[in-house]
Amino acid sequence: MVEHRRFGNLLPHLVLLAGVAIVAFPVYLAIIASTHDNSVIANGQMPLIPGSHAIETYWNTIVSGTGKTTREPVGGMMLNSLIMALGIAAGKIAISIISAYAIVFFSFPFRMTAFWTIFITLMLPVEVRIFPTYKITSDLHMLDSYAGLILPLIASATATLLFRQFFMTVPKELVEASKIDGAGPIRFFWDTLLPLSVTNIAALFVILFIYGWNQYLWPLLITTRDDMQTIVIGIKKIIDVHDALTEWQVAMATAVLAMLPPVAVVVLMQRLFVKGLIETEK
Amino acid sequence: MASVTLRNVSKTYPGGFEAIKGIGLEVADGQFCVLVGPSGCGKSTLLRMVAGLETVSGGDIDIGGRIVNAIEPAERDIAMVFQNYALYPHMSVYNNMAYGLRNRGMPKPEIDTRVQEAARILEIGPMLDRKPGQLSGGQRQRVAMGRAIVRQPKVFLFDEPLSNLDAKLRIAMRVEIRKLQRRLKTTSIYVTHDQLEAMTLADILVVMNSGRVEQIGNPLDIYQKPATTFVASFIGAPPMNLMPLRADEIRSQFPGDSRAGDSRATREAGILGIRPEDFLISSDAIAGGIALDLTVEAIERVGAETFIYGTRQHEVQGVAANPGELPPGEVIVRIPGAIAPAIGERIRAIAPRDKLHLFSADGRKRIDL
Amino acid sequence: MENRAIFSGKLLPYLLILPQLAISLIFFYWPAVQALQQSFLVQDAFGLSTEFVWFENYVNLLQTPEYYQAIGVTFVFSALVAFFSLTLGLLLAVMANRNIRGVQIYRTFLIVPYAVAPAVASVLFIFMFQPGLGMIARAMQRNGIDWNPVLNGTHAMILVVIVAVWNQISYNFLFFLAGLQAIPKSVIEAAAIDGAKPMRRFWTIVFPLLSPTTFFLIIVNITYVFFNTLGIIDTATGGGPNGATQTLVYKVFQDGKVGSDLGGSAAQSVILMVIVVGLTAFQFRYVEKKVHY
Repeated sequence: MVEHRRFGNLLPHLVLLAGVAIVAFPVYLAIIASTHDNSVIANGQMPLIPGSHAIETYWNTIVSGTGKTTREPVGGMMLNSLIMALGIAAGKIAISIISAYAIVFFSFPFRMTAFWTIFITLMLPVEVRIFPTYKITSDLHMLDSYAGLILPLIASATATLLFRQFFMTVPKELVEASKIDGAGPIRFFWDTLLPLSVTNIAALFVILFIYGWNQYLWPLLITTRDDMQTIVIGIKKIIDVHDALTEWQVAMATAVLAMLPPVAVVVLMQRLFVKGLIETEK
Repeated sequence: MASVTLRNVSKTYPGGFEAIKGIGLEVADGQFCVLVGPSGCGKSTLLRMVAGLETVSGGDIDIGGRIVNAIEPAERDIAMVFQNYALYPHMSVYNNMAYGLRNRGMPKPEIDTRVQEAARILEIGPMLDRKPGQLSGGQRQRVAMGRAIVRQPKVFLFDEPLSNLDAKLRIAMRVEIRKLQRRLKTTSIYVTHDQLEAMTLADILVVMNSGRVEQIGNPLDIYQKPATTFVASFIGAPPMNLMPLRADEIRSQFPGDSRAGDSRATREAGILGIRPEDFLISSDAIAGGIALDLTVEAIERVGAETFIYGTRQHEVQGVAANPGELPPGEVIVRIPGAIAPAIGERIRAIAPRDKLHLFSADGRKRIDL
Repeated sequence: MENRAIFSGKLLPYLLILPQLAISLIFFYWPAVQALQQSFLVQDAFGLSTEFVWFENYVNLLQTPEYYQAIGVTFVFSALVAFFSLTLGLLLAVMANRNIRGVQIYRTFLIVPYAVAPAVASVLFIFMFQPGLGMIARAMQRNGIDWNPVLNGTHAMILVVIVAVWNQISYNFLFFLAGLQAIPKSVIEAAAIDGAKPMRRFWTIVFPLLSPTTFFLIIVNITYVFFNTLGIIDTATGGGPNGATQTLVYKVFQDGKVGSDLGGSAAQSVILMVIVVGLTAFQFRYVEKKVHY
């Protein structure tokens, strides 16, 4: 922006504020709704300021379940989500980093074949192989289990590509110095490569945690037991009730709870998040 | 064509940093003005203020009789050549040059004439269809100049355009720029940190330091009569030898009128300056001049001349005016040719009085003898 | 890859890639092969015998109107989301790129939608647009618009588009911002000195230089609509009314749940795989295309 208009700075602020309003309004509304009584909401009378039922609603939602629509307390669902998200994030990072390590720092027959095999999985998101994958998971007796939730999703080409790209920028002198110092491949990995990769790992972790937490299709298919539901699936069940009155305050509280961890992670680790986004798409 | 006048121009950044402290400057129509100084002296900032890319905190900038402080760059009728050329990467060379003219609604045939003419002058005709990414540094530089020329503006502004070129190319381009400017007669303001570039290009040279003007004038005048020790050591390479003097030394070297008591020289002086090329190696002495006995520490032969680095000893031979002892320090002497004394040898370097420069003790004032 | 320092090791590298290859083979390739296989088969009514029918499943697919509808829905959905989300993202990025105070705060707010699961985002908007109790729905009723996404296909599409656009704003915003910041300031200044006013500068200089980013984001947005909107559709409209919001992926999902035509469902999956390959190839081609300087 070259020009120096006196009021020129007003326009960006206005537009950005409008943008923030659009972005924040649905979230704000959900928070407000979760603090009111359902009858007020259902009548369409809900005001724009918080109500007084916050503690009661959240307590019911998280801990005891309300019996009507949420047979399962949302607290349990959050735990499932947490395990799944952490498992997916950690799992993806772990197996990708060692794969990338093998591909970059070793020479072995079929190295490039292995690389391309991994790379092609990019083209096979779960949505295009839903039912066959379901069948296999079922055959392996992994339905309704954490393993079933996590394992089929952790082969990740993106993470491998990211690590490979990063590893290729490690100066070869570093490896040579390590070898001279008597370090074998595993030592080098632990003592040198891993510490160097910490920022990348952290950035990826943020992205993958969100990816894991926000999964919809896969958990929907393979969990049928109430106590294995994740919170993102749980929401659908809460608003799916057509006959009985949907408990909107519970639904909104659940939504808020479903949003809380990923949003917190993104906001608190903004820098890492942005870095992770941009790196994985290069 | 227009003159550029700066009246008491200053710039302070929010936060308090004073980048430019009250500068006045007059560049007549058609003159080539060079702003030279070390990094951070404010020369680029000043240039950008003339361009309108930085705001003016105080004072006036006047282009062609019009005060332009509040006028946007596009309206000032100026053209600028940037250090990294700032060519439009996605446009061909032709379009890079035509862009400014199209923005002003010039009819196509006229645009074409101007672009072709500029391309001819700068010898970039064969490249008109290429994109900047396909050109070398020197070619890009010429396109950047072409973009400026076609606009036929009132003023050309150059922001260290040659800094990114290699040494040989820099020298060749320097001459080209000068010839071009002479031919087009457009008022130009040129920023550089290279004092040689500054000396060779300028009609009027402005030496800057820390946001202030140290000296304005004709390059040769500045060279021969620097106003401060900063200018004295900045202009000319290798730099002028500057030697602090004690009061008794001054008295013996520059005796004054007994009528006025000690001479002005005694009262104010503190630093003596002699350019390396103003020395002669000789065992004689020059009346009224200076003589230094040096031990040779290093020799630099560059072919056409030789630079001798020597250190002074404590005892100094007297000259007619008995200069007395000057404090020890390193002295650079330039002699033509390649025949030089050996390292460790003791030599005497003499300089006549009219080649001596005298400055006040703080270096900020020149004292004429 | 050429000039690297490597470790010798016969067994170790294989051990290292084993986990990933194992998971890839078991959960990615094997199902894909099965889908491919199944797409060439037809099962009889009792599921007892299967018959190899070459491309019959595919041909059948291409003759069902619902499939064409799904193609159309996906196409329209993608186009709308790409257009609106990119435009909004670009506008916000341009504004955020000016040297104004508080950019960090704005940016913090603007990246929130990315963290919200599509299904949860959908719930937030359902809450606002639910006929009868949603704030915006009621406002529309008051102003004479008969808003009803349950019965009106266009309304349903509008609803899901809004949710998807909201969800994707962050991504587009961040990448456009990065793209804008990669343009050297001196090029903009040169354009200003060359007499280009801000709007002209934007369209003749900034936008063309952003084109790699723009292309990239278009692909990403299309991929998002194809594959990540299942949660939105499932919660908001269930694919209805009458398939008005049933994308290709959602159709696979719904047809598979019913379970009657495994061959057809597999054929749909295979077609989707081909589309992904195309999109990914296109993306890598354009991501490789570096910016000019």
